[in-house]
Amino acid sequence: MSLDRRGFLKLAGFIGLVAGTACARRLAGPGSRYTTADGALEAKRWAMVIDMRRFTTAGDTQRVIDACHKAHNVPRIDDVRHEVKWIWTDTFDHVFPDQTHAHLPKALQERPFLLLCNQCDNPPCTRVCPTDATYRLADGIVAQDYHRCIGCRFCMAGCPYGARSFNWVNPRPYVGEVNPEFPTRSIGVVEKCNFCVDRLERGEVVRCAEVSAGGIVVGDLNDPESEVSRLLERHYTLTRKPQLGARPNVFYIVDDNVTGGEEEYVG
Amino acid sequence: MLAKLLHGGPRYWAWVTLLALLALAGVATYVHQFQVGLGITGMGRDVSWGLYIGQFTFLVGVAASAVMLVIPFYLHDYQTFGKVVVFGEILAVAAVTMCILFIMADMGMPQRVLYVVLHPRPNSILFWDATVLTGYFLLNFVISTVSLYYQARGDHHPRWLNPLIYLSIPWAISIHTVTAFLYAGLPGRDYWLTAILAPRFLASAFAAGPAFLILCLFIVRRVSRFDPGERTLQTLAKIIAYAMVTNLFFLVLEVFTAFYSQIPGHMTPFVYLFMGLGEDTLLVPFMRLSVILGVVSVVLLVPSRSRNHPVTLVIACVCLFLSLMLEKGFGLIVAGFVPNPLERVVEYWPTPPELTIAAGVWAIGLLVLTLGFKIALAVREQELAVRPQAA
Repeated sequence: MSLDRRGFLKLAGFIGLVAGTACARRLAGPGSRYTTADGALEAKRWAMVIDMRRFTTAGDTQRVIDACHKAHNVPRIDDVRHEVKWIWTDTFDHVFPDQTHAHLPKALQERPFLLLCNQCDNPPCTRVCPTDATYRLADGIVAQDYHRCIGCRFCMAGCPYGARSFNWVNPRPYVGEVNPEFPTRSIGVVEKCNFCVDRLERGEVVRCAEVSAGGIVVGDLNDPESEVSRLLERHYTLTRKPQLGARPNVFYIVDDNVTGGEEEYVG
Repeated sequence: MLAKLLHGGPRYWAWVTLLALLALAGVATYVHQFQVGLGITGMGRDVSWGLYIGQFTFLVGVAASAVMLVIPFYLHDYQTFGKVVVFGEILAVAAVTMCILFIMADMGMPQRVLYVVLHPRPNSILFWDATVLTGYFLLNFVISTVSLYYQARGDHHPRWLNPLIYLSIPWAISIHTVTAFLYAGLPGRDYWLTAILAPRFLASAFAAGPAFLILCLFIVRRVSRFDPGERTLQTLAKIIAYAMVTNLFFLVLEVFTAFYSQIPGHMTPFVYLFMGLGEDTLLVPFMRLSVILGVVSVVLLVPSRSRNHPVTLVIACVCLFLSLMLEKGFGLIVAGFVPNPLERVVEYWPTPPELTIAAGVWAIGLLVLTLGFKIALAVREQELAVRPQAA
């Protein structure tokens, strides 16, 4: 291709403009696109330990569930098909179906365990999401953007823990007292436990842990001195469906003394 | 060419009006769903995909099956298919139209559908599925329209169309493979977690699609002067016989692996579908019917006498199509969600509004098919008028 003087100058000018703009943007912008608020609670790897020894009555688990759902404007819908839940309970043999057998103590099998999003290291939900509406933050929290969600529910098929809820009906009439600090949702989007990412940013503790009287401990897995690390060091803990490779970050301490039978748990 | 759509007898107009009314009912119900949410369907937290996604999956197969005409004609120069290959392409266009509509009907936020294109995420199989389906729609639309346009003038299609025709062959395989990957890569959905899901999809597609086309061609024979020819129908029948036998064979493979291994996660969905789990038996009669219809179709398709006889061939095609529509267009999706990740059973059954919307999508698809066939038949009849002995 032959290039005359005029053509060369035009081309050079164009390249200069593009390169200059790119350099200027690089220089003008901040080092990272994201910043952390002052006073925010931070961790390299967030994790949660649920110490089931501390949940001895139905009231203990219900208090945690109510506090979470109130803080996040989770609607209370009774229809089993349409319900939205961020944290709830089911019995041991349903929570750990691959880690149960017929000869576990009956009291343990039928004991309610708290369930919530596992904030997986290798989350299938973010892998399948076509729009990045659900995504994993650098600190391990799997977040959900209600404004990007197209409602395809691929994440619900992908999640092996049943942690995700879709808004089949308008949730707003079912939210009791609205917490103005957190958005309510519309029909057509998926939601789930967000590990209180909004509260952590304001320097507030994860809500379920706050009201759990020590039953739920949240902390940094990367810090060997953190309470979660110490609990994991001292106790035999379970995660849900470890064979699937999602690598959950919610760990369960099961009762040391389940042989006590019915009197151990008053449901 | 579009002017040909306006020349039809009373039967044509009655059929088009019927479809238009059904489509209208579907659209009206969809507007309601759009306003109040997907809660008007039978889906829920546990079975979060249902009839819409099932029908979508089934129709991707019908669309892909056009390749069963394209390969013999364009790759092997099998001239018998020369006059009907365009009908297969039109069927593909209509089927992909329905696929897209079913996806739209299933979306919680359809107004955000362009996010898939504007923020593409190659990690998501859904992105790839949207890409290949759009591409397949365009390929078949262009190929069928251009070749009909040239045939109407008595010409051969232009050379530039050839690369597109060849591209449409692997593309057809890709749409159903990618659709299988939507399901086959999900941890914890044991019914779908099988490497032969894509082969199963292709086998059932190459049975159901041509079976539907045979039924269409029998209708074409009655309503127009164009005769697709005995050999065309017989070859298509042979193709679906092989495909359906393969499909049933694959089903047996799945059952063997699940039950000989005795792994509960792999057995339970089959038990749910065919025996029911305790009180939960909603799908059982339909899944058993699906197997019976499938076996009947094979029994009729394998011996050449019943395969080549028009009456038994039509019965076989109807049985086969219904069998696969129940199995793939419904049971397959539900069984991925039953039991749920907590090993509890929540059953699913489509609601009347959901069925109305699905019927509306089918009506729109059949309308596209009817109009496409109408144009193609006008071209064929015009050829007969010029060269009466060509048929």
